[in-house]
Amino acid sequence: MSAASVAIGSPAPLRRLSTFLYGRPAFYIGLLLIPPLLWFGTVYLGSLFTLLANSFYAIDEFTAKIVYEPTLATFKQVVTQPAHIDIIVRTVVMALAVTIACAIIAFPIANYMARYASPRMKAFFYVGVMLPMWTSYLVKVYAWRLILAKQGILSWLFDSVGLTAVLDSTLRIPGVGGPSLASSYLGMFIVFVYMWLPYMILPLAASLERVPTSLLQASADLGARPGQTFRNVTLPLALPGLAAGSVFTFSLTLGDYIIPSVVGAPGYFIGMMVYQQQGTAGNIPLAAAFSVVPIVLVMIYLTLAKRAGAFDAM
Amino acid sequence: MSPAIEFREVARVYGDVRAVDRVSLQIATGEFFAMLGPSGSGKTTCLRLVAGFEAPDSGQILLDGNDVTERPPYERDVNTVFQDYALFPHMNVLENVAYGLRVRRVPRAEQERRATEMLELVKLGAMAARRPSQLSGGQRQRVSLARALINRPRVLLLDEPLGALDLKLREEMQIELKNLQRQLGITFVFVTHDQGEALSMADRVAVFNQGRIEQLDTPRTLYTQPATAFVARFVGSANVAEGELAQRLSGQARSFAIRAENIRVQRPGESVPDNMLRCDGTLLDIQYHGAVSRCQVQLPGGAVFAAAVAERGGNGHPAIGSQVTLVWSPQDAVPLAAAGAGS
Repeated sequence: MSAASVAIGSPAPLRRLSTFLYGRPAFYIGLLLIPPLLWFGTVYLGSLFTLLANSFYAIDEFTAKIVYEPTLATFKQVVTQPAHIDIIVRTVVMALAVTIACAIIAFPIANYMARYASPRMKAFFYVGVMLPMWTSYLVKVYAWRLILAKQGILSWLFDSVGLTAVLDSTLRIPGVGGPSLASSYLGMFIVFVYMWLPYMILPLAASLERVPTSLLQASADLGARPGQTFRNVTLPLALPGLAAGSVFTFSLTLGDYIIPSVVGAPGYFIGMMVYQQQGTAGNIPLAAAFSVVPIVLVMIYLTLAKRAGAFDAM
Repeated sequence: MSPAIEFREVARVYGDVRAVDRVSLQIATGEFFAMLGPSGSGKTTCLRLVAGFEAPDSGQILLDGNDVTERPPYERDVNTVFQDYALFPHMNVLENVAYGLRVRRVPRAEQERRATEMLELVKLGAMAARRPSQLSGGQRQRVSLARALINRPRVLLLDEPLGALDLKLREEMQIELKNLQRQLGITFVFVTHDQGEALSMADRVAVFNQGRIEQLDTPRTLYTQPATAFVARFVGSANVAEGELAQRLSGQARSFAIRAENIRVQRPGESVPDNMLRCDGTLLDIQYHGAVSRCQVQLPGGAVFAAAVAERGGNGHPAIGSQVTLVWSPQDAVPLAAAGAGS
């Protein structure tokens, strides 16, 4: 008793500090948040805005020097030059195709993980899905180039089961094919899907896990066949996860410049364009303007998703 | 006429737990039937077997004489009110109620008309456009009820539907459910662990224990003539004397139950009529329950009996720790079947 009153009467400095902070939650939270906010604000958003600001300058055609006067000329260049439009369309089509493929492949896996897997199996699946993310990105891309190469394991596989004709006729499809899988848009698509699949599975599984089983039972109880339950209950409630996952797959594909330069056809992608313009070409404004494109596209995508009610069930 | 629901030797086993242990029962059309038991007694599993969310390991389930054992839930003419209500969070109240019609491809105008009618029936007409998250617990309960009734099922299954409501609302809903059942003439099967709820609402009650039905009777019979010690304790909170204690108290080896309100508490020395049975004990505690107080009295040998005594003026209750005499009439003692021998 007397020991306690002594402790209250003359508290240690540290204890006095914690008592002081306990009574002032706003000050306390502010103190904790200032360092990360400074980091986030200056390093992260600051550099982003510097980048955006650069897109409003233009380069002088003759001197190759940046003219620091606000202009929309660089943006005009991005959205009017046919070659640039090609790059944007090619990238967006690829990003959409990759996103849709990832969603279709991820859904059954995520659904199994969330609803049917035993705890042990679930842990196995989570590790299995994340394991590829622990490996170097470059190693995986170059491994895929070997897998997809003309003499690679995949064409050997097609050959050994007598399906070379199928592979060849697929590679002859204009716009998709090429001399080999490793140098076709199809090959690039396969690598993109492989790379970004975990980013779709994980949020999707998380959102499916939040759907109570009783909702699916209620749907069946009221007469819905499994397909109807999927369309009316499972899918709408998984939309937030699907939206989150698709933002990953969509924006990662929009911004990537390594996969298109290692695997696939010679056509340029937005990421490669940014890389080339800020590097060898030295046209920072054009690189900046190109990097605005994915930001705008993702914003449009999120607006559409919100309007479609993707976030209503959050 | 075939019964609305019939179980023939139905069993459901999880690992080495017999959740439902060869249960046979018949529920008549239009009956308000309660399945009562502690958690883990198999009552909810039975309900889920009727709905089709679980399949039995053996035995048959018949609805209106048709074997539905292998049928999925969407091919059974029963609907369920879930314990957590299971309302679709992404649909408004009207859409939730109309769901059963929507998946059966009923024309949209009729969907809306019937769903609105159903909402009026549960007095939620004004809430049609709200989301479930904007409703109170009692309102969600009603939406869940309306949604389950819209397909005009032959049987309505209710899984502890009042468990999450506060006492006053629960009492109101008990009366409303009972009225609704009379009005619609549908068979109601009601799962609960609350014996008061089962007794006050049901036409017949099946008391579950460890996957089996201990007794299936009307509430009055269950209360006045429990067949087993389990039923006596669970339904009537009765005092049960078994084995040696029964021998000592009544002079017979057969176990018996005696309800608290049939036991009088007397001070030592007060006279006991000749035709009554008696036992001395120590008063351990008195719990005040308003109209009555429950006295916990320890008998020689350790058993504790409860006696309900009316609030009395004047000299008040005996002091805690004092010696008292319990007195009861042999007619109020209900002989019980030996332990484990169910219905």
